[in-house]
Amino acid sequence: MLDIQKLCIQAGTFKLDSVSFQIKLGMSTALMGPSGSGKSTIMEAICGLRHIKSGDIILADKNITQLRPGERQVALVPQDNVLFPHMTVREHLEFGPKIQQWNHREIKQRSDDLAEQLGLTPHLERMPDTLSGGESKRVALGRALATRPQLLCLDEALTGLDGSTCTEILQLIKRTIAQEGTTTLQITHSKDEATALSQAIIRIEDLFLKT
Amino acid sequence: MSAHTKDHQYRRIGSDKPFLCGLIGFTAIYGLLICLLIIASASHITWSDLIGAMTSKSIQQSLTLTFLTCTCSSILSLLFAIPIGYSLSRFKFRGRTLLDTLLDIPIILPPLVVGLSLLILFNSFPTRESALEGWLNQHGIYITFHIPAIILAQFTVAAAFAVRSMKNTFDHISPRSELVGLTLGCNRSQAFWKITLPQAGRGILSAGVLAWARALGEFGPILIFAGATRGRTEVLATSVFLEINIGNLGGAAAVSLLLITLAIATILIIRTVGDRT
Repeated sequence: MLDIQKLCIQAGTFKLDSVSFQIKLGMSTALMGPSGSGKSTIMEAICGLRHIKSGDIILADKNITQLRPGERQVALVPQDNVLFPHMTVREHLEFGPKIQQWNHREIKQRSDDLAEQLGLTPHLERMPDTLSGGESKRVALGRALATRPQLLCLDEALTGLDGSTCTEILQLIKRTIAQEGTTTLQITHSKDEATALSQAIIRIEDLFLKT
Repeated sequence: MSAHTKDHQYRRIGSDKPFLCGLIGFTAIYGLLICLLIIASASHITWSDLIGAMTSKSIQQSLTLTFLTCTCSSILSLLFAIPIGYSLSRFKFRGRTLLDTLLDIPIILPPLVVGLSLLILFNSFPTRESALEGWLNQHGIYITFHIPAIILAQFTVAAAFAVRSMKNTFDHISPRSELVGLTLGCNRSQAFWKITLPQAGRGILSAGVLAWARALGEFGPILIFAGATRGRTEVLATSVFLEINIGNLGGAAAVSLLLITLAIATILIIRTVGDRT
């Protein structure tokens, strides 16, 4: 269970007060709300990228509130992918495992498996600036999943993709997270995207009083 | 009213020519000025001046020392400019504006003042008896009026330009890629070395070129802090000064041309390498 308990976050004049919700492990949940409502702020706090004033984040019975981002087993796929321009697709897939000092055989095996799952095998030596929007999204997804995180955060994962690519990526994400058994928190402002990918929907306006 | 609107809606758009002519004109005038400076120096040189300068032992030593000191000071400048530029770009902290202003001082100060300040810092601060130079001399290290003084004088000014250049470079690299790196298991240092720094490659090269070129043209601080001793603390800029001092205008112009050629060649080579990488 991902258990968010009375989370308070302040970023400049923007303030989120006492946000609480739960997500069952293994499930895909969408956090929905209009632009500027604080969805991304909550996601960044869960990832450890934003300072929180008070409250707790419990993931699989472990309080991760004070842990550094890389120690939380929470991965992020940003809206604009944020690929590293100096790395090939393979280097993206191997980045997390290398940082976490997996052995060479495991790194190679994991990147090959992910490349196959995500249809990236023919593109392993390509650079990000040569990839299409859909291919970039798949690389960002593979990079995030490479270290087998307990929670995968998808920030507006389908925004900016055209109709057919969007459907393709949606199916790919569904299939991959099912194969990997990863709990997913999806941020979106689109009800269609939320229902297509997630089994549960949390509306941000129901969670807290915003000032 | 409608006729008035219609007139404005369909008015003839003015030509772009004056604007484009302005752009070309200003570029051409400044380019021409630089070309004329080079041609004027070159026209003052006879073949014997040029051969004399190229074969002169002191000029050859000065050329070697110029290469050595410019390279040392630009490496040293980068060593400082990368962390300082990164800090200024990424962190908001109390006193940041003050630090930013402080780092611009070597750019604004007259070069002679930089040299004088260095001389006082090493030889009379806080007192003449307890000055840094005296302490260093006791340990066998000599700065003032020696080669390290040239490097230090060049570094003091060149580093300020390199810092400015590196800050701009890091400002253009999204900090979000570092944040993604953090979620993948990096600490801040790993995110910097593995994600941000490789993206700053061209910026580093450009800051290095800027620092090198700045160091090459440095004269005032070197004259005050390192002196202009022939064969000892003589760099190309000092050679020009020494040649003028002995009334050898042709020799001075020949060394100037050497300096100009060196500057153009270095910048062209490094920019070509930079474009390829």
